[in-house]
Amino acid sequence: MNILKKSAYAGTLESSDAYIHVSPIQENEIKLILESSVEEIYGEAIEELVVQTLKEMKINNILVKVQDKGALDFVIKARLQAAILRACESNEPVWEELS
Amino acid sequence: MENTKKAFAGISKNINLEDRNSKILSSIEEAVKKSGLKDGMTISFHHAFRGGDRVLNAVLSVIAKMGFKDLTVASSSLASVHDEIIEHIESGVVTQLYTSGLRSKLGEAISSGIMKNPVQIHSHGGRVQLLQSGELSVDVAFIGVPCIDKYGNASGYKGRSKCGSLGYAMSDAQYAKYVIALSETMEPYPNLPASISQDQVDSIVMVDEVGDPSQIGEGATRMTTNPKELLLARRTARVIENSGLFKEGFSIQTGTGGASLATTLFLSEKMEEKGITASFGLGGITGTMVYMLKRGLIKTLLDVQSFDEFAAKSLGENPNHIEISANEYANFGSKGAAIKQLDVVVLSALEIDTDFNVNVITGSKGILRGASGGHSDTAAEAKLSIIVAPLTRGRIPTITKKVNTIVTPGGSVDVVVTDQGIAVHPRNTELKEKLIKAGLTIVDINELYERAIQLCGKPKDIEYTDKVVAQIRYRDGSVLDEVKQLAK
Repeated sequence: MNILKKSAYAGTLESSDAYIHVSPIQENEIKLILESSVEEIYGEAIEELVVQTLKEMKINNILVKVQDKGALDFVIKARLQAAILRACESNEPVWEELS
Repeated sequence: MENTKKAFAGISKNINLEDRNSKILSSIEEAVKKSGLKDGMTISFHHAFRGGDRVLNAVLSVIAKMGFKDLTVASSSLASVHDEIIEHIESGVVTQLYTSGLRSKLGEAISSGIMKNPVQIHSHGGRVQLLQSGELSVDVAFIGVPCIDKYGNASGYKGRSKCGSLGYAMSDAQYAKYVIALSETMEPYPNLPASISQDQVDSIVMVDEVGDPSQIGEGATRMTTNPKELLLARRTARVIENSGLFKEGFSIQTGTGGASLATTLFLSEKMEEKGITASFGLGGITGTMVYMLKRGLIKTLLDVQSFDEFAAKSLGENPNHIEISANEYANFGSKGAAIKQLDVVVLSALEIDTDFNVNVITGSKGILRGASGGHSDTAAEAKLSIIVAPLTRGRIPTITKKVNTIVTPGGSVDVVVTDQGIAVHPRNTELKEKLIKAGLTIVDINELYERAIQLCGKPKDIEYTDKVVAQIRYRDGSVLDEVKQLAK
């Protein structure tokens, strides 16, 4: 299990990008706050993607805030991974977890 | 029969000079009273001032204060400046709308179901068809005009708030039972040539402003620098060039928007290269079309709506820049609509489906936020109708399995140009061969759809209730599609 040591973010609020902020929490759960310009039609898909990505990275206690401006899946995933690696202060990422 | 004719009653000549100015009334309220407007009647407006319109809101607020209820408002289109209509719907002053376009908060409110009667969305040509068929019977037309004389001769190419062509107002003036012209500039009699003529105007009201000049043009006419739009424009110009229609005397209509404007410029280069001139440019006219007229690349502009100040100004200056009415432009039942002489039209789209149906009225979330315009009129009649759109806008796929709302049926579309390939409607086998021969990438529209979905993922279906909030009327008056109320 990877442990978040601090809050961190990745991304921007530009169109077709996402700004993702992550922070560690005490409870053993995943809290997700999603704001998206395409929430009505892709909200569920983004939620699934975030949960899946956290599972791959073995993260269990985290607050994720996503401000999505219509980013494609691979952008959201990369932003989320980057934010988590920064929060874990991980200098040697486990590449298998970042597929 | 002979006996029923009246006998001559004699004449006693008595010219009353006051009568000669009697059309000019002191206020909107006085004109409304004189018009005989009653609850349940239909009033009309035109949209030549677009986002800068100052007439519709002013008139509706007077009418609301006077206590009228249950009115049908028929505006040739509506812009975001007209969101004030919401309060008149809520108070029961307005209970039915006819329009080509709905946007902004008004579009959202209609989509959420604030009206009992579905809004009737018509095309620019289809509106005249509804006027002719009698379904749309205008009791009082309120026509804002940039300048006028004391007897009602009005035009749009002069004055502070010049909007250029009054093409849509011309049809209103022709069919309405009572016409009130509102203007801000009084010209000496006779103010000619006039778009709205003295024999069509019942009353005149001078107001502070009919338009906001800074908002009348839909943005300056300038070359886009967006690489995707430039790519689309270059491809579209190549489709036209190799369509078999690109020869001396061809005719063309393009709209506003980056890709469309750029297409016109790329096409100009090819026309100069090959020494080809166009016989006419049609429809909503932009500065780019005026530029082509001035360079002799287009012989005549037929202008139903001037999209920017360059077009508005040119209408008054160039003898070959001609104002036409909506009936002369695109009406299905017209004795002569110019679209029936048109070779090529370049159109945009919010969505295109794999059957080539086009949506220009509802957005990806199912909300009314666009306009039918001349889309279905021109697509049906032009020899070559080209729809230009990026494959995706952000995460929103433009090519879909089924459009949210059909405005232009796929049967009238010929080519779809995207940044990821060009699709030709299956019935155009010859055209497809020509474009392939010219080295253009032609793909199946289903491939474009698959590609869009690969990138964006499959969007969730929008949830609607059973309540119909708008009906899409085809250009012949038939009901082509319906827009439902959003579920939440």
